[in-house]
Amino acid sequence: MDETTLFPPIEPSNFDLIVVGTGLPESIIAAAASAAGKTVLHLDPNPFYGTHSASLPLDDFISFLRSHSESPSLQVQTSDDDDVSIPLATRPLYSNLEINLHSSEPLENSNKFTLDLGAPCAFLCADAMIDLILKTGINQYMEFKSVDSSFVSGGAGKLESVPDSRSAIFKTRSLLGPEKYQLMNFFKHVQGILENGSEEDMEIPFVDFLTKRGLSQKLKSIILYTIAWADYDQGKLEFCKDVITTRSGINRLALYHSSIGRFSNANGAIIYPIYGQGELSQAFCRRAAVKGCIYVLRMPVISVLMDKDGRTYQGVRLASGQELSSTLLILAPSFTIPKSLPPGVEVTNSNHKSPSNAEGKVARGICIAKNSVKPEAANCLVFFPPRSLYPEQITSVRVLQLSSNVGVCPSKTFVTYLSAVCDDSVEGKKLLNAAINALFHIAVSSSSENNEIDNLREHAEEKPCLLWSALYIQDLTKFHGAFNSIKFTPMPDEHLHYDDILDATEKLFKELFPNEDFFATTSTSDEQHLDGNTELDP
Amino acid sequence: MHGIPRKAPTQEERDDSSLRAAKLRDLQSQLLHFHHYKIYTKEAIEISAKLLESNPEHYTGWNYRKLAVQHLLDRHQENEVDSEPPQSVLDGELILVENALKTNFKAYGAWHHRKWVLSKGHSSSDRELRLLGKFQKLDSRNFHAWNYRRFITELKKIPDENELQYTTDMIYDNFSNYSAWHNRSMLLSKLLEKRAKGYEKTENVLSEEFEFVRNALFTDPDDQSGWFYYLWLLGQTLKREPLFISSSPPHGSNLSISIDNPDCQPPFSKIYHQSKERTFPLILYFSEAVEGVNSSTVTVDFDYDGGDGLIWHPLSANKLGFSQAWLTYIKYPHDSLESCHVKVTIAQFPGIISSSGMPCSQPCFISFTASVRSNNQEHSEVQTTHKISWNVENFKAHSTHPEDANLLASLCKLDITKENRPTTPMLCMETISNEIACSRELLSSSNCKIGKLTLARLLVAHNTLITYGCMDSGTEAQYEEILALYHDLMKMDPAHVGYYEDEYSLVLMKQLTSNTESLLKLCGNYQELSSPSISSYTSVQLKGLSLSRVSCVEHLLWVQMLDLSHNKLRSIEGLEALQLLSCLKLSNNRLSSFTALEPLKMLKSLQVLDVSYNEIGSHSIDTRRYMCSSPLNSRLGSEWQLKRFTDEDADLKHFWDAYLLFKDLNLVQLDIVGNAVADERLKAFLVKLMSALKWFDGESCH
Repeated sequence: MDETTLFPPIEPSNFDLIVVGTGLPESIIAAAASAAGKTVLHLDPNPFYGTHSASLPLDDFISFLRSHSESPSLQVQTSDDDDVSIPLATRPLYSNLEINLHSSEPLENSNKFTLDLGAPCAFLCADAMIDLILKTGINQYMEFKSVDSSFVSGGAGKLESVPDSRSAIFKTRSLLGPEKYQLMNFFKHVQGILENGSEEDMEIPFVDFLTKRGLSQKLKSIILYTIAWADYDQGKLEFCKDVITTRSGINRLALYHSSIGRFSNANGAIIYPIYGQGELSQAFCRRAAVKGCIYVLRMPVISVLMDKDGRTYQGVRLASGQELSSTLLILAPSFTIPKSLPPGVEVTNSNHKSPSNAEGKVARGICIAKNSVKPEAANCLVFFPPRSLYPEQITSVRVLQLSSNVGVCPSKTFVTYLSAVCDDSVEGKKLLNAAINALFHIAVSSSSENNEIDNLREHAEEKPCLLWSALYIQDLTKFHGAFNSIKFTPMPDEHLHYDDILDATEKLFKELFPNEDFFATTSTSDEQHLDGNTELDP
Repeated sequence: MHGIPRKAPTQEERDDSSLRAAKLRDLQSQLLHFHHYKIYTKEAIEISAKLLESNPEHYTGWNYRKLAVQHLLDRHQENEVDSEPPQSVLDGELILVENALKTNFKAYGAWHHRKWVLSKGHSSSDRELRLLGKFQKLDSRNFHAWNYRRFITELKKIPDENELQYTTDMIYDNFSNYSAWHNRSMLLSKLLEKRAKGYEKTENVLSEEFEFVRNALFTDPDDQSGWFYYLWLLGQTLKREPLFISSSPPHGSNLSISIDNPDCQPPFSKIYHQSKERTFPLILYFSEAVEGVNSSTVTVDFDYDGGDGLIWHPLSANKLGFSQAWLTYIKYPHDSLESCHVKVTIAQFPGIISSSGMPCSQPCFISFTASVRSNNQEHSEVQTTHKISWNVENFKAHSTHPEDANLLASLCKLDITKENRPTTPMLCMETISNEIACSRELLSSSNCKIGKLTLARLLVAHNTLITYGCMDSGTEAQYEEILALYHDLMKMDPAHVGYYEDEYSLVLMKQLTSNTESLLKLCGNYQELSSPSISSYTSVQLKGLSLSRVSCVEHLLWVQMLDLSHNKLRSIEGLEALQLLSCLKLSNNRLSSFTALEPLKMLKSLQVLDVSYNEIGSHSIDTRRYMCSSPLNSRLGSEWQLKRFTDEDADLKHFWDAYLLFKDLNLVQLDIVGNAVADERLKAFLVKLMSALKWFDGESCH
């Protein structure tokens, strides 16, 4: 309690909105509410911005994962007084953390790394998040670098470049002439549909649409998993949990293609922020602060205060002991309000009771190596479509490799993120391990299966040696509101993009403030350029 | 720039532009004043800079600038006080050009001025390449920049290999770039010619290039930039030595010369030629247009000497004097009636070169015998008064006469010391076969016209390689597929139907003439039954085949009577090589002017001509006229003597094209009915012009 007394009391003590956690959705809500003229207090128990969207030095990264893998810790209940106070608990989002150390070098340089907790994530130059960044003007706080190329595992462990544009189709050596024609012709066909509409049924699965256009298995796989970024095997509709419709498939293609060439100095469709994705939540926080939002870090919330009948939210009690009141409360998804609620309290959240598996999990991995998985590429994406690693693989594994030129690692080092949707941690780890084995050479002692080692030796000289790796499983359970005045933000999700998080966040904002604009449009010019320093200029 | 739509100017912009125009006019008049009085003061030069920066197209401005710079440089050389050092003068010019190019980077004058400054030995290659980089990023297809780039690389001795890599990068960036493909072809030509390291094996380099460009064709077959490069590659692949392919008289033949008049029934085992001057024509025919056919490259051994000093004329020569067919006349000695042996050796000494610069290096020879037959004066009268009816009954197919068959077979055979011929490298054949397979693959999914056209061209190239003696003689030349492709193209792309018809005709003629069997079906012997006293003609019938032009005449050099009626002929180019031709039927074609008949002027033996039912005179504007000789053409100035026609000026002026054609022809029979131009006035004019004419439109003239 000594520490908390160091904090001066927060003034004022009454707000329109209190936000706990500085993850991306919380930061966006805080910025949007501040922009709408609301009084906002933004709290975070951590000493850094970002919560589950943060980018951290290696040591901190590990300890954050560890501390959030432990079972829920209930705060000491300090209920008394007039109001009913409900202790705020945290729930672990991560599990099955597994760290493999092949070299101590990365740890010795811990501070030279900036690792994303919710990785891999990147931006398509024309996606909604980039639009929002430009609209809110936070691009002045951020810089971006181009993710130069994408590769797809083309069987036999070979990585082939993704023919995602006209010039990439021309350049690639992995397609035969007729395939080049088919693919380009398909892109043109899609362009035609976008311009002139189509008679075709837009609700049929995208994969059927592709089949109807006569595309080969290989081309279908490229379109579905490397351009439309599908998670599940679209070829096995019975197991597929996210069947992409033709409409959404075409929209994703359109988004991808309008991303190419949007900024003159981005090489392809995809960009990544310098110093990591954590910059994004920080930038929104800065934007909120400019509009009057008050920030207090290192400030845990002990409990939520309710009125006497325990039905209506009143405010929060901080670790410093101060009690603050607000009309609305937003909590990061790692918080939970324990079951032991006073009788009569209505809980609309049913997921809370039947945890996890309903919405699946995402397995995340991070690897550090001295060399690039593809010698010619520094920052790149790699896709392992379903069935490319092993026959039973039903979800795709996505990999984002970053180099020191985005400021996330020391020079001559590469950080590689992996992720895959899975039903359980065993499956998830199997997926990631298979991908890691395909990409890296792993020192013999650390590998568990002998036959894999043999396979590895054949390509050992071409593959980079793995120095350090971590695997963990993240829960995707979503919270859908609790009390009328207490809402939970969406979780970092399984996607490479922020589209779903942004949608959910906007929806949440509309629930909170039905009469306010989600970032009222300010007059910005239509044309954007990425200038020489790779900044997004409005 | 490409792909940016124009916007209509707003009122504000219009006002602005008229204001600027007024300012420009003011600057312009000042500059002209300075230019006129040779004023090169600092102020004057600054005004010229202002003008050029806002209007880089002002050529006088740039010229003034050059004079001013020269003036300043001279002043410096004469050590005049406060003269600027040359370095800073030229620097100023480079900055000016850069600013001008920012206004309009397609200004020829500005780019030229920069070249001029550089020729004064200034600037660095780095700086120029940086500037180019900027402009090429703005518009990668800008041909000014590419042109300038070639100038700089030449000037700064930048290796061609580096530049080739640069084109690769630009093409990778966006392959719809004609300029980049074009520069690539220029650089590759240079590297292949130099046999630079890695470019020693032309076939290998070309096959890699084929693979490279094929990626572009498959990715976007409708983009034409790659196809242009592809066609260039195809041309390079087929680039080979010109070959001597045919002659008249043919190798191993017996030539019978009838002085004044042929026998009434000449033995058909020989070809005969009638001549008043005891001479006969010798024609050499090459696989492509060549130059350098003369008495030093071609030797003629002749029992009666006289082989030296022969003058060779190109038939159908182009502007540079290249021709496929070359003609000379061999004079038979006056006193002799004995047969004699003639041996012609071609390319024994170097000097015969094709228009693409390839030498004809393989010597080959032909030999034949010539003899003179005795005369019969009476028959001469009979023959010339008889009309050629072109009746089908008069035409006897060769098969009726086994002896004829033998002769024709020997005529059709192209037996010119084949073993001496340079063979096509197998690699070249493989490349073409491979490309054919790829084209078929592309066409199986895409129905693009340029793909079809390319496949047709590839198949033609394949046939050419086979017929010109590729080692792989197992493959037969295929024609049906090519004909079908051109047929499709005519329907798919009606705008270019003329071109496709021409190509179709070439292939069809090739199919009909390239093998002895099919050629024999067209050959025969024509004998006027109504007047058996007239001699017979070796005849070929090519009627009703939809031909729009003539080709493959190398197989027909011996023909005396040719029926090309009921075709679609718009041109008869090529017929000039048929020096033995006496009767020609061109009725029911699409010949649209007398000038289209110009090749006939070279046919000294032509006596019977039928051009009835064509389109002569139907088109008020003869688009071919400007290409042919006319009174306005100075070359003909001396020929244009109005001797016989001074009194009838009007007719001559009216029918000048008919005059130019027919004045050199020795026709006995002419049919011209069914043309818009044919009327009594023309008839009277022609009858008067050609004194030998006996039959006009089927009626006796006299």
